[in-house]
Amino acid sequence: MANPSSVVAGEFDCHLYGNCGFPAPGTEIFQFNEIVHFSVFGIDFSIAKPTILLLLVSLIIIVFFSIAFLKPKLVPSKVQSIGEVSYVFVRDQISRETIGKAGDRFVPFLFALFFFVFLNNFMGIVPGAQFPATSLFVYPLVLALIVWVTYMFIGMKHQGPLKFFTNMMFPPGVPAGVLGILAPIEFLSNIIVRPFTLAVRLMANMFAGHLLLTVFIVASIYLFSPSVIGILGSAASGLMTVIMTGFEFMIEALQAYIFTLLTASYIAGSLSHEH
Amino acid sequence: MLSVIAEVTGSLGAVGYGLAAIGPGIGIGIIFGNGVQAIARQPEAYGVIRQNMFIGFALAEALALLGFVAPFVFK
Repeated sequence: MANPSSVVAGEFDCHLYGNCGFPAPGTEIFQFNEIVHFSVFGIDFSIAKPTILLLLVSLIIIVFFSIAFLKPKLVPSKVQSIGEVSYVFVRDQISRETIGKAGDRFVPFLFALFFFVFLNNFMGIVPGAQFPATSLFVYPLVLALIVWVTYMFIGMKHQGPLKFFTNMMFPPGVPAGVLGILAPIEFLSNIIVRPFTLAVRLMANMFAGHLLLTVFIVASIYLFSPSVIGILGSAASGLMTVIMTGFEFMIEALQAYIFTLLTASYIAGSLSHEH
Repeated sequence: MLSVIAEVTGSLGAVGYGLAAIGPGIGIGIIFGNGVQAIARQPEAYGVIRQNMFIGFALAEALALLGFVAPFVFK
Protein backbone atom coordinates (compact mmCIF):
# COMPACT_ATOMS: atom_id res chain seq x y z
CA MET A 1 0.00 0.00 0.00
CA ALA A 2 1.41 3.34 -1.02
CA ASN A 3 -0.30 5.50 1.54
CA PRO A 4 -1.77 3.37 4.32
CA SER A 5 -3.36 6.21 6.25
CA SER A 6 -5.43 7.33 3.29
CA VAL A 7 -7.08 3.92 2.98
CA VAL A 8 -9.10 4.36 6.14
CA ALA A 9 -10.10 7.87 5.15
CA GLY A 10 -13.04 6.44 3.22
CA GLU A 11 -11.35 6.50 -0.16
CA PHE A 12 -11.96 2.87 -0.97
CA ASP A 13 -14.68 1.98 -3.44
CA CYS A 14 -15.58 -1.22 -1.71
CA HIS A 15 -19.18 -1.54 -0.55
CA LEU A 16 -21.70 -4.10 0.51
CA TYR A 17 -22.80 -6.41 -2.34
CA GLY A 18 -19.66 -5.42 -4.22
CA ASN A 19 -17.18 -8.02 -5.31
CA CYS A 20 -14.81 -7.40 -2.42
CA GLY A 21 -14.97 -8.41 1.21
CA PHE A 22 -14.89 -6.20 4.28
CA PRO A 23 -11.58 -4.31 4.27
CA ALA A 24 -10.80 -4.85 7.94
CA PRO A 25 -8.27 -2.35 9.23
CA GLY A 26 -5.14 -3.84 10.74
CA THR A 27 -1.82 -2.63 12.06
CA GLU A 28 -1.26 -0.56 8.93
CA ILE A 29 -3.33 2.26 10.44
CA PHE A 30 -0.52 2.73 12.96
CA GLN A 31 2.07 3.39 10.30
CA PHE A 32 2.51 6.86 8.91
CA ASN A 33 4.45 8.36 6.06
CA GLU A 34 7.25 10.60 7.24
CA ILE A 35 6.77 14.27 6.64
CA VAL A 36 10.24 15.59 7.36
CA HIS A 37 13.45 13.64 7.33
CA PHE A 38 16.82 14.86 8.54
CA SER A 39 19.87 13.51 10.25
CA VAL A 40 21.92 15.08 13.02
CA PHE A 41 25.39 13.64 13.75
CA GLY A 42 24.55 10.47 11.88
CA ILE A 43 21.30 9.84 13.77
CA ASP A 44 18.27 9.70 11.51
CA PHE A 45 15.18 11.60 12.52
CA SER A 46 11.94 11.17 10.66
CA ILE A 47 9.05 13.32 11.73
CA ALA A 48 5.59 11.86 11.13
CA LYS A 49 2.12 12.55 12.49
CA PRO A 50 2.63 10.97 15.96
CA THR A 51 5.74 13.05 16.56
CA ILE A 52 3.93 16.22 15.59
CA LEU A 53 1.02 15.35 17.90
CA LEU A 54 3.49 14.68 20.70
CA LEU A 55 5.18 18.05 20.22
CA LEU A 56 1.79 19.74 19.97
CA VAL A 57 0.69 18.20 23.27
CA SER A 58 3.92 19.29 24.94
CA LEU A 59 3.41 22.80 23.61
CA ILE A 60 -0.21 22.91 24.81
CA ILE A 61 0.83 21.79 28.29
CA ILE A 62 3.70 24.28 28.51
CA VAL A 63 1.66 27.23 27.27
CA PHE A 64 -1.50 26.44 29.24
CA PHE A 65 0.15 25.83 32.59
CA SER A 66 2.53 28.76 32.10
CA ILE A 67 -0.48 31.03 31.74
CA ALA A 68 -2.09 29.31 34.73
CA PHE A 69 0.82 29.32 37.15
CA LEU A 70 3.43 31.93 36.17
CA LYS A 71 1.61 34.92 37.67
CA PRO A 72 -0.61 33.53 40.42
CA LYS A 73 -3.16 35.93 41.86
CA LEU A 74 -4.99 35.75 45.16
CA VAL A 75 -8.28 35.85 43.31
CA PRO A 76 -7.57 33.31 40.55
CA SER A 77 -8.50 33.89 36.95
CA LYS A 78 -10.38 31.21 35.01
CA VAL A 79 -7.24 29.57 33.64
CA GLN A 80 -5.56 29.66 37.04
CA SER A 81 -8.62 28.03 38.62
CA ILE A 82 -8.52 25.17 36.13
CA GLY A 83 -4.79 24.73 36.75
CA GLU A 84 -5.25 24.74 40.51
CA VAL A 85 -8.17 22.34 40.48
CA SER A 86 -6.23 19.87 38.35
CA TYR A 87 -3.15 20.20 40.54
CA VAL A 88 -5.20 19.62 43.68
CA PHE A 89 -6.82 16.62 42.01
CA VAL A 90 -3.45 14.97 41.36
CA ARG A 91 -2.19 15.90 44.84
CA ASP A 92 -5.23 14.80 46.86
CA GLN A 93 -6.66 11.96 44.80
CA ILE A 94 -3.46 10.33 43.61
CA SER A 95 -0.43 11.39 45.63
CA ARG A 96 -1.78 11.80 49.17
CA GLU A 97 -3.98 8.71 48.95
CA THR A 98 -1.00 6.54 47.98
CA ILE A 99 2.16 8.11 49.35
CA GLY A 100 0.76 10.40 52.03
CA LYS A 101 2.11 13.82 52.99
CA ALA A 102 5.66 12.70 52.16
CA GLY A 103 4.63 12.49 48.53
CA ASP A 104 3.98 16.19 48.11
CA ARG A 105 7.38 16.78 46.56
CA PHE A 106 6.64 14.24 43.83
CA VAL A 107 3.38 15.93 42.86
CA PRO A 108 4.94 18.07 40.07
CA PHE A 109 6.31 14.92 38.47
CA LEU A 110 3.01 13.05 38.79
CA PHE A 111 1.12 16.12 37.58
CA ALA A 112 3.25 16.44 34.45
CA LEU A 113 2.99 12.71 33.82
CA PHE A 114 -0.78 12.68 34.23
CA PHE A 115 -1.41 15.53 31.83
CA PHE A 116 1.12 14.37 29.28
CA VAL A 117 -0.43 10.91 29.13
CA PHE A 118 -3.99 12.20 29.28
CA LEU A 119 -3.62 14.76 26.50
CA ASN A 120 -1.74 12.30 24.32
CA ASN A 121 -4.54 9.80 24.80
CA PHE A 122 -7.14 12.49 24.26
CA MET A 123 -5.68 13.28 20.83
CA GLY A 124 -7.21 9.95 19.79
CA ILE A 125 -10.70 11.51 19.70
CA VAL A 126 -9.89 15.11 18.78
CA PRO A 127 -11.20 15.69 15.25
CA GLY A 128 -8.35 16.31 12.86
CA ALA A 129 -5.73 14.72 15.08
CA GLN A 130 -7.53 11.43 15.78
CA PHE A 131 -4.49 9.45 16.71
CA PRO A 132 -3.29 8.69 20.23
CA ALA A 133 0.51 8.84 20.11
CA THR A 134 0.56 6.57 23.17
CA SER A 135 -0.70 3.69 21.02
CA LEU A 136 2.80 3.36 19.58
CA PHE A 137 4.89 1.28 21.95
CA VAL A 138 7.95 3.56 22.12
CA TYR A 139 6.22 6.49 23.79
CA PRO A 140 4.75 4.58 26.77
CA LEU A 141 8.02 2.65 26.99
CA VAL A 142 10.05 5.82 27.42
CA LEU A 143 7.56 7.12 29.99
CA ALA A 144 7.76 3.81 31.85
CA LEU A 145 11.56 3.98 31.79
CA ILE A 146 11.44 7.46 33.30
CA VAL A 147 9.18 6.08 36.04
CA TRP A 148 11.49 3.09 36.49
CA VAL A 149 14.58 5.27 36.92
CA THR A 150 12.66 7.50 39.33
CA TYR A 151 11.46 4.80 41.69
CA MET A 152 14.73 2.87 41.56
CA PHE A 153 16.67 6.03 42.40
CA ILE A 154 14.30 6.98 45.22
CA GLY A 155 14.43 3.47 46.62
CA MET A 156 18.23 3.33 46.59
CA LYS A 157 18.44 6.79 48.12
CA HIS A 158 15.97 6.17 50.92
CA GLN A 159 16.79 2.58 51.82
CA GLY A 160 20.42 2.33 50.74
CA PRO A 161 21.65 0.82 47.46
CA LEU A 162 21.88 -2.75 48.76
CA LYS A 163 19.15 -2.55 51.41
CA PHE A 164 16.66 -1.57 48.70
CA PHE A 165 17.11 -4.91 46.96
CA THR A 166 17.23 -7.02 50.12
CA ASN A 167 14.11 -5.32 51.51
CA MET A 168 12.38 -5.97 48.22
CA MET A 169 13.41 -9.62 47.93
CA PHE A 170 13.28 -10.70 51.57
CA PRO A 171 10.21 -9.16 53.19
CA PRO A 172 10.12 -9.65 56.99
CA GLY A 173 7.90 -12.35 58.48
CA VAL A 174 8.09 -14.75 55.55
CA PRO A 175 9.01 -18.40 56.30
CA ALA A 176 12.48 -19.38 55.06
CA GLY A 177 11.14 -22.15 52.83
CA VAL A 178 8.97 -19.77 50.84
CA LEU A 179 11.78 -17.27 50.36
CA GLY A 180 13.45 -19.51 47.79
CA ILE A 181 10.47 -19.01 45.50
CA LEU A 182 9.44 -15.56 46.66
CA ALA A 183 12.78 -13.77 46.29
CA PRO A 184 13.26 -14.32 42.53
CA ILE A 185 9.59 -13.63 41.83
CA GLU A 186 9.71 -10.38 43.78
CA PHE A 187 12.91 -9.35 42.05
CA LEU A 188 11.52 -10.10 38.58
CA SER A 189 8.18 -8.44 39.24
CA ASN A 190 9.71 -5.28 40.67
CA ILE A 191 12.58 -4.76 38.28
CA ILE A 192 11.45 -6.14 34.95
CA VAL A 193 7.70 -6.79 34.88
CA ARG A 194 6.64 -3.47 36.43
CA PRO A 195 7.93 -1.06 33.75
CA PHE A 196 6.98 -3.51 31.01
CA THR A 197 3.36 -3.89 32.11
CA LEU A 198 3.12 -0.16 32.79
CA ALA A 199 4.03 0.54 29.18
CA VAL A 200 2.04 -2.33 27.67
CA ARG A 201 -1.11 -1.46 29.61
CA LEU A 202 -1.23 2.08 28.27
CA MET A 203 -0.17 1.11 24.76
CA ALA A 204 -2.59 -1.81 24.43
CA ASN A 205 -5.54 0.20 25.70
CA MET A 206 -4.97 3.01 23.24
CA PHE A 207 -4.16 0.54 20.45
CA ALA A 208 -7.37 -1.40 21.05
CA GLY A 209 -9.46 1.74 21.32
CA HIS A 210 -8.12 3.25 18.13
CA LEU A 211 -8.55 -0.01 16.24
CA LEU A 212 -12.10 -0.38 17.54
CA LEU A 213 -13.09 3.12 16.40
CA THR A 214 -11.52 2.50 12.99
CA VAL A 215 -13.31 -0.82 12.56
CA PHE A 216 -16.69 0.77 13.26
CA ILE A 217 -16.18 3.76 10.99
CA VAL A 218 -14.79 1.61 8.17
CA ALA A 219 -17.77 -0.72 8.59
CA SER A 220 -20.09 2.27 8.39
CA ILE A 221 -18.56 3.33 5.06
CA TYR A 222 -18.45 -0.24 3.78
CA LEU A 223 -22.09 -0.93 4.57
CA PHE A 224 -23.29 2.30 2.98
CA SER A 225 -25.09 1.11 -0.14
CA PRO A 226 -28.54 1.58 -1.70
CA SER A 227 -30.38 -1.15 0.19
CA VAL A 228 -32.39 -1.33 3.40
CA ILE A 229 -29.85 -3.58 5.10
CA GLY A 230 -27.02 -1.32 3.95
CA ILE A 231 -28.59 1.91 5.23
CA LEU A 232 -29.61 0.37 8.58
CA GLY A 233 -26.26 -1.30 9.12
CA SER A 234 -24.35 1.81 8.15
CA ALA A 235 -26.42 3.97 10.51
CA ALA A 236 -26.02 1.47 13.36
CA SER A 237 -22.28 1.29 12.83
CA GLY A 238 -22.01 5.07 12.64
CA LEU A 239 -24.00 5.43 15.85
CA MET A 240 -21.76 2.86 17.45
CA THR A 241 -18.74 4.97 16.46
CA VAL A 242 -20.20 7.93 18.34
CA ILE A 243 -20.95 5.81 21.40
CA MET A 244 -17.49 4.24 21.33
CA THR A 245 -15.93 7.70 21.07
CA GLY A 246 -17.60 8.60 24.35
CA PHE A 247 -16.44 5.31 25.83
CA GLU A 248 -12.91 6.01 24.56
CA PHE A 249 -12.89 9.31 26.38
CA MET A 250 -13.61 7.48 29.62
CA ILE A 251 -10.89 4.90 28.92
CA GLU A 252 -8.36 7.61 28.07
CA ALA A 253 -8.94 9.50 31.31
CA LEU A 254 -8.94 6.22 33.29
CA GLN A 255 -5.68 5.03 31.75
CA ALA A 256 -3.95 8.35 32.48
CA TYR A 257 -5.23 8.07 36.06
CA ILE A 258 -4.05 4.47 36.40
CA PHE A 259 -0.65 5.24 34.92
CA THR A 260 -0.11 8.03 37.44
CA LEU A 261 -1.62 6.01 40.27
CA LEU A 262 0.70 3.07 39.68
CA THR A 263 3.67 5.43 39.44
CA ALA A 264 2.67 6.92 42.79
CA SER A 265 2.30 3.47 44.33
CA TYR A 266 5.73 2.41 43.04
CA ILE A 267 7.25 5.55 44.55
CA ALA A 268 5.42 4.81 47.81
CA GLY A 269 6.88 1.29 47.75
CA SER A 270 10.37 2.71 47.29
CA LEU A 271 9.94 5.22 50.12
CA SER A 272 8.94 2.63 52.71
CA HIS A 273 9.89 -1.01 52.84
CA GLU A 274 6.97 -2.41 54.82
CA HIS A 275 5.34 -3.80 51.70
CA MET B 1 9.62 -38.26 14.98
CA LEU B 2 6.32 -36.88 16.07
CA SER B 3 4.08 -35.82 13.23
CA VAL B 4 1.19 -33.44 13.61
CA ILE B 5 -1.49 -34.87 15.88
CA ALA B 6 -3.95 -32.03 15.87
CA GLU B 7 -4.00 -28.76 14.02
CA VAL B 8 -6.07 -25.60 14.32
CA THR B 9 -6.21 -23.03 11.57
CA GLY B 10 -8.01 -19.73 11.16
CA SER B 11 -8.04 -16.63 13.32
CA LEU B 12 -6.03 -18.05 16.18
CA GLY B 13 -5.34 -14.56 17.46
CA ALA B 14 -9.02 -14.02 18.16
CA VAL B 15 -9.29 -17.40 19.90
CA GLY B 16 -6.21 -16.61 21.95
CA TYR B 17 -7.60 -13.28 23.01
CA GLY B 18 -10.86 -14.93 23.98
CA LEU B 19 -8.99 -17.39 26.19
CA ALA B 20 -6.83 -14.63 27.65
CA ALA B 21 -9.89 -12.56 28.56
CA ILE B 22 -11.55 -15.24 30.74
CA GLY B 23 -9.30 -14.95 33.77
CA PRO B 24 -9.04 -11.15 33.89
CA GLY B 25 -12.80 -10.94 33.29
CA ILE B 26 -13.50 -12.98 36.40
CA GLY B 27 -10.79 -11.11 38.31
CA ILE B 28 -12.06 -7.65 37.45
CA GLY B 29 -15.58 -8.74 38.34
CA ILE B 30 -14.42 -9.89 41.77
CA ILE B 31 -12.34 -6.73 42.32
CA PHE B 32 -15.13 -4.29 41.53
CA GLY B 33 -17.81 -6.39 43.18
CA ASN B 34 -15.90 -6.51 46.45
CA GLY B 35 -14.84 -2.90 46.05
CA VAL B 36 -18.41 -1.69 45.74
CA GLN B 37 -19.41 -3.86 48.69
CA ALA B 38 -16.59 -2.39 50.78
CA ILE B 39 -17.62 1.16 49.85
CA ALA B 40 -21.23 0.37 50.76
CA ARG B 41 -20.17 -0.93 54.15
CA GLN B 42 -17.72 1.84 54.86
CA PRO B 43 -18.44 4.92 52.74
CA GLU B 44 -15.91 7.06 54.65
CA ALA B 45 -13.04 4.89 53.36
CA TYR B 46 -14.06 5.59 49.76
CA GLY B 47 -10.73 7.13 48.74
CA VAL B 48 -8.51 4.29 49.91
CA ILE B 49 -10.85 1.59 48.61
CA ARG B 50 -11.15 3.17 45.18
CA GLN B 51 -7.37 3.56 45.05
CA ASN B 52 -6.72 -0.11 45.72
CA MET B 53 -9.62 -1.13 43.50
CA PHE B 54 -8.04 0.61 40.51
CA ILE B 55 -4.58 -0.76 41.23
CA GLY B 56 -6.03 -4.29 41.34
CA PHE B 57 -8.07 -3.61 38.23
CA ALA B 58 -5.00 -2.38 36.34
CA LEU B 59 -2.95 -5.42 37.34
CA ALA B 60 -5.69 -7.89 36.32
CA GLU B 61 -6.45 -6.06 33.10
CA ALA B 62 -2.81 -6.17 32.00
CA LEU B 63 -3.14 -9.92 31.36
CA ALA B 64 -6.06 -9.47 28.99
CA LEU B 65 -4.20 -6.72 27.16
CA LEU B 66 -1.13 -8.92 26.76
CA GLY B 67 -3.47 -11.45 25.14
CA PHE B 68 -4.73 -8.72 22.86
CA VAL B 69 -1.27 -7.61 21.77
CA ALA B 70 0.29 -11.07 21.42
CA PRO B 71 -1.36 -11.95 18.05
CA PHE B 72 0.03 -8.74 16.55
CA VAL B 73 3.51 -9.51 17.84
CA PHE B 74 3.68 -13.25 17.05
CA LYS B 75 2.17 -13.14 13.59
